[in-house]
Amino acid sequence: MTKSEIIDTLSRKQSHLISRDVELAVKLLLESMSETLSTGGRIEVRGFGSFSLHHRTARSGRNPKTGEQVGLPSKYVPHFKSGKELRERVNESRKHYAIQE
Amino acid sequence: MATLTKADMVEQLYEELGLNKREAKDLVELFFEEIRQALGEGRNVKLSGFGNFMLRDKTQRPGRNPKTGEEIPVSARRVVTFRPGQKLKQRVEAYAGSIDS
Repeated sequence: MTKSEIIDTLSRKQSHLISRDVELAVKLLLESMSETLSTGGRIEVRGFGSFSLHHRTARSGRNPKTGEQVGLPSKYVPHFKSGKELRERVNESRKHYAIQE
Repeated sequence: MATLTKADMVEQLYEELGLNKREAKDLVELFFEEIRQALGEGRNVKLSGFGNFMLRDKTQRPGRNPKTGEEIPVSARRVVTFRPGQKLKQRVEAYAGSIDS
């Protein structure tokens, strides 16, 4: 499922809203979530999960083309931990649905 | 550190899009519910610019009770993993650089 499919489904379910507003709302939600993580914040959505930043220490890597050694600075990466409801629903669904490509 | 919650998202939709509180609340709930539903039906969710929620089936593996040291197998299960998109990763790294250096 993609962002535009979510927008279409939500527009159908919230038919009293104009679909342009639904589209703006979905984009605003994702931008707000991105902005929160990009400024060091966390996101907590009960029943869905939480997003936080994980630290990665500096390490040395190699340029895969040249084999040359390069220093990679420490960084933060976004991390998602699924909430109880999502985790249980997904695990239950194993018996009924294959994972689609 | 700031934490973004559903209440904050509702407030933002209300203030920035002029939806009423009821509409904003319903949209935020439905947005996360759509993602949960897709994942609960074996469908991966791809939100361009933000990231992908990917399902993985894990086989049973040996585990241990960390308190007692007792061996207990970790049963086969389906889990959700989040792979942040390029854009989000870059934004988060840019922030991290600003606090590390």
